[in-house]
Amino acid sequence: MKLDSKIPAGKLSDKWQQFKSEVPLVAPNNKRRIDVIVVGTGLAGASAAATLGELGYNVKAFTFHDSPRRAHSIAAQGGINAAKNYQNDGDSVYRLFYDTIKGGDYRSREANVHRLAEVSTQIIDQCVAQGVPFAREYGGLLENRSFGGVQVSRTFYAKGQTGQQLLIGAYQALSRQISLGTVTMYNRHEMVDLVVIDGKARGIIARNLLTGKLERFGAHCVVLGTGGYGNVFYLSTNAMGSNVSAAWRTVRRGALMANPCFTQIHPTCIPQSGEYQSKLTLMSESLRNDGRVWVPKKIEDAKAIQQGKKTALDIAEEDRDYYLERRYPAFGNLVPRDVASRAAKVECDKGLGVSPTGLAVFLDFSAAIERYGKSEAHSKGMENVSKEQIMAMGTKVVEAKYGNLFEMYEKISGENPYKFPMKIYPAVHYTMGGLWVDYNLETNIPGLFATGEANFSDHGANRLGASALMQGLADGYFVLPYTIGTFLSKEIRTPKVDTNSPEFAAVEAEAKKRIDGLINVKGSQSVESFHRRLGKIMWDYCGMSRSAEGLLKGRQMIRSLREEFYKDVFVPGTSDEFNPELEKAYRVADFMELGELMMLDALNRNESCGGHFREEYQTPEGEALRDDANYTYVAAWEWDDQEPILHKEELVYEEVELKTRSYK
Amino acid sequence: MKLTLKIWRQKNNKSQGKFETYQVEANEHMSFLEMMDVLNEQLIAEKKEPVAFEHDCREGICGTCSMDINGRPHGPMQGTTTCQVHMRVFKDGDTITIEPFRSTVFPVIKDLVVDRAALDRIIQAGGYISVNTGQAVDGNAIPIEKDEAMKAFDAAACIGCGACVSACPNGSAMLFTSAKVSHLGILPQGKVESSRRVLNMVAQMDKEGFGMCSNIGACSAECPKEISLDNIARLNREYFKASLASEKA
Amino acid sequence: MGWLANFLTSSLGRKLLMSLTGLFLILFLVVHLIGNLQLLKGDEGQSFNEYTQFMTHNPLIKFISYGNYFFILLHAVLGIYITVKNRKSKGVKGAVSNRAESVSWASKNMALLGILIFAFLMLHMGDFWLKMKLNQTEWIDYGNGEIKNLYKVVYASYSNWLIVGAYLVGLLALSYHLWHGFASAFQTLGLHHKKYTPIIEFLGKAFAIIVPLMFAILPLYYKLVITAA
Repeated sequence: MKLDSKIPAGKLSDKWQQFKSEVPLVAPNNKRRIDVIVVGTGLAGASAAATLGELGYNVKAFTFHDSPRRAHSIAAQGGINAAKNYQNDGDSVYRLFYDTIKGGDYRSREANVHRLAEVSTQIIDQCVAQGVPFAREYGGLLENRSFGGVQVSRTFYAKGQTGQQLLIGAYQALSRQISLGTVTMYNRHEMVDLVVIDGKARGIIARNLLTGKLERFGAHCVVLGTGGYGNVFYLSTNAMGSNVSAAWRTVRRGALMANPCFTQIHPTCIPQSGEYQSKLTLMSESLRNDGRVWVPKKIEDAKAIQQGKKTALDIAEEDRDYYLERRYPAFGNLVPRDVASRAAKVECDKGLGVSPTGLAVFLDFSAAIERYGKSEAHSKGMENVSKEQIMAMGTKVVEAKYGNLFEMYEKISGENPYKFPMKIYPAVHYTMGGLWVDYNLETNIPGLFATGEANFSDHGANRLGASALMQGLADGYFVLPYTIGTFLSKEIRTPKVDTNSPEFAAVEAEAKKRIDGLINVKGSQSVESFHRRLGKIMWDYCGMSRSAEGLLKGRQMIRSLREEFYKDVFVPGTSDEFNPELEKAYRVADFMELGELMMLDALNRNESCGGHFREEYQTPEGEALRDDANYTYVAAWEWDDQEPILHKEELVYEEVELKTRSYK
Repeated sequence: MKLTLKIWRQKNNKSQGKFETYQVEANEHMSFLEMMDVLNEQLIAEKKEPVAFEHDCREGICGTCSMDINGRPHGPMQGTTTCQVHMRVFKDGDTITIEPFRSTVFPVIKDLVVDRAALDRIIQAGGYISVNTGQAVDGNAIPIEKDEAMKAFDAAACIGCGACVSACPNGSAMLFTSAKVSHLGILPQGKVESSRRVLNMVAQMDKEGFGMCSNIGACSAECPKEISLDNIARLNREYFKASLASEKA
Repeated sequence: MGWLANFLTSSLGRKLLMSLTGLFLILFLVVHLIGNLQLLKGDEGQSFNEYTQFMTHNPLIKFISYGNYFFILLHAVLGIYITVKNRKSKGVKGAVSNRAESVSWASKNMALLGILIFAFLMLHMGDFWLKMKLNQTEWIDYGNGEIKNLYKVVYASYSNWLIVGAYLVGLLALSYHLWHGFASAFQTLGLHHKKYTPIIEFLGKAFAIIVPLMFAILPLYYKLVITAA
């Protein structure tokens, strides 16, 4: 299969403008006759559905949630990037483009990333117009902050709830289209399969989660905005319901999965506290602006802390190892996510971890509290202040900056982070890989599009902070509504898709068989227990560091787990009722196949880049070693139950020179 | 810690529900929902039907979790969703009563799962700013005073969980509706259509059958995002203005 | 006029009527109290009887009093309607009642308190107003012609522990009703302000204590001091 990325000709900075002026349009009278299915109503899905509705298409939108306001986009805390240069600090579209390419460790497509940077400014305008209450300065203008170690302040935010506010904006736009009748909303409907007719995506089979009934929906094309697959690790910062099934079902129908091994592990999460743990909670990256990361130097101190005999306060300054500051003097605690995460793992692997499980490092604010306290005392003209007073004043400053995060930490961990340093550990957070799409966001199945985290295109091997929201909204509001015309302009003569066709019947029957099959296993182990075991295998062998040996072993383990699953899983209830356990079961079944593909992809990529770290490929100092000569390509996988097939899309860099990332 | 749980079990909307009692062994570091997971694992191991409850993000922001714990939506902690309640607030030997959000407008789907679609329909009636993609002016074209922007944010922090309705002895959705009317009505870009918005949203709220507000304040006391009662006053004001002073009907 | 009907039958329109009638009745309480305080003058009821004569014969006041009856009824009928409607909206009540600290008992029991107050009003009207209207009172002349001696009726009632007790219960209910109702009326009108709302809340609570207390002083004073002497 030849992968055609369909990147328009011309200068990088002109491509998108040129494309927009030349893309074929669909006349308003024809739009009314064209049906579009949008699956998923997070940022990427809701924004696409609303915008397509505004344009006049007949949209059917689907979510497995009870309301389109619940998607996990809502949990993003930090912010959204845009090259507005409101702060006059030298930002530009090119700089945002360059930072994203570099941050992605040169494994993303130039043209897509440049387009993303271009439309970023429009996103902010649009969201403000929708009523998103971004943070403002006293003068009433929008405030920005610097985020994720970049050199400019280009991040827009709404307290620690940017994702929520942006999603509500999209949800409101979608609600408006629902009330106008251009969008029909199907809540509590989960896509369980894709219907392909004559090689084109023409509809989906969705399961009505309330009744369990399989329903057929036809359309001229299908858009997936179904998010990422981080829950393959069981423990991640994703929501409990986040899953890969919609995307994976299209892979089973011939779509390609690109770079599935590229997963982002976020360094500042609250560590796991026990076996019962269901998910991990992220603490905003902004904490690293003031927190210092350390572990004890001596292994006996670490042991004592693990056993609860000592606390962080018992460790003298000279016995602490501020390893990020030691290893990366230039960036210190602000190194990118992948680097910080790996460094934490290295220390914990040495036995220096600081929680009962040995899997945590300290994030310490005492230096910041003291610094702020002193500066407060100075600004108030106080002299001869005691240490306690300084610390009290500093605590106030830190509280004003991070109060809600500290509160959240205390609620979850039960420990006062003003007194004791926080304990943090990396956790799976985002998946850069996803469905392979061309410049038009169209997969290799004509008429099947993917937006947001569900596609692979913009973040390469590592995503920069505050870029996920940007990409989701860029795709949905400003990219897809144009690029979808390349396909739909040729479909104006296609009549309404008949869901009584044999193709629909066949796919529905297959889906039914698959789902009933799970109920009928009637084994003895719960779905949850399989998911937990799958997650453990993924984390151990395809997590923060990977080796050929481990990946081969991991793949075998998943295969045998899969066999065991189909022999011994127990799903209570029936398939024709509201049955959350059954939903979990078919999602986990898909995760197991995906997990295997991730192992394979990681094994194929004999280099270390971004979130993918292969132990065999590192410098003597333990830094990632990229192999540009052999791996500057997108690995797009065609599923095969025995041996998935690799297709390569070479990445051509015309504008940017490939360099080694260094944070020393 | 050993706990006794009295949980509302109801097969579906048509059947009668009743309380069932369960024993569960939890530990204090668990979140409330993880304790429920433990119970469900236990039930599945006994080949019994697990308790259906809704949840998703488990970090207090998606608004999916919906249950009354000892008579209080989202449990005993102020400004906290069920998923963020940790078991250390309970004591060994406690009996905990867990039931679904209570309102005629939120019919029970199964066990602790209720249907809150009425809240979506209130938003669809006017909880938006009518602006198409691409129509926007520059983000900095309209300055908004910092405190006003914060006020709008505080109202916009509503997660649409419906706790206010369950907390209200009247089953009123005024806090929910007023949060959206305030959020959009405070901002200059939303003021343009505020009369139309408030009239339509209140009409929809009434049509759904929610109760009438008598300023009890239980909604705000139980709101996991601590949405203020000021918003209800603002809604009243906006509604009277739109009904009596504007020429809209 | 469809808009007016729509407005008055909307949930917020009904609440507006509750609030306005409630505020009117609060004003009425003040006027009523001023009259009652004449009983403390120690002039064997002369000022009180003269005041009664004025209140029952001034045409403007007569007109207002019909408004007053109407507002009492409207407030009561609407209150019952709202309560029934709200019960229906709530449906199944939770098995455990909510005990959020910031929620006052009064706010959750306005209907119960209202019914108690209404029952008290019936007793009160039967005791004085009806007797007066049916000319069951004696006459007295202070030099300006004969007027009804309502003082005598009051004196008789306040010497009876049963009636005094009923008054005290009624006034307690009124106090609780005002405890929530006073500030709530302003909130319903949409009058909420960071600076002034705390003042209104304070005034409301002071009013809820002071006014019923002053009403209560009379029967107690008469029972324990005047009629006992």
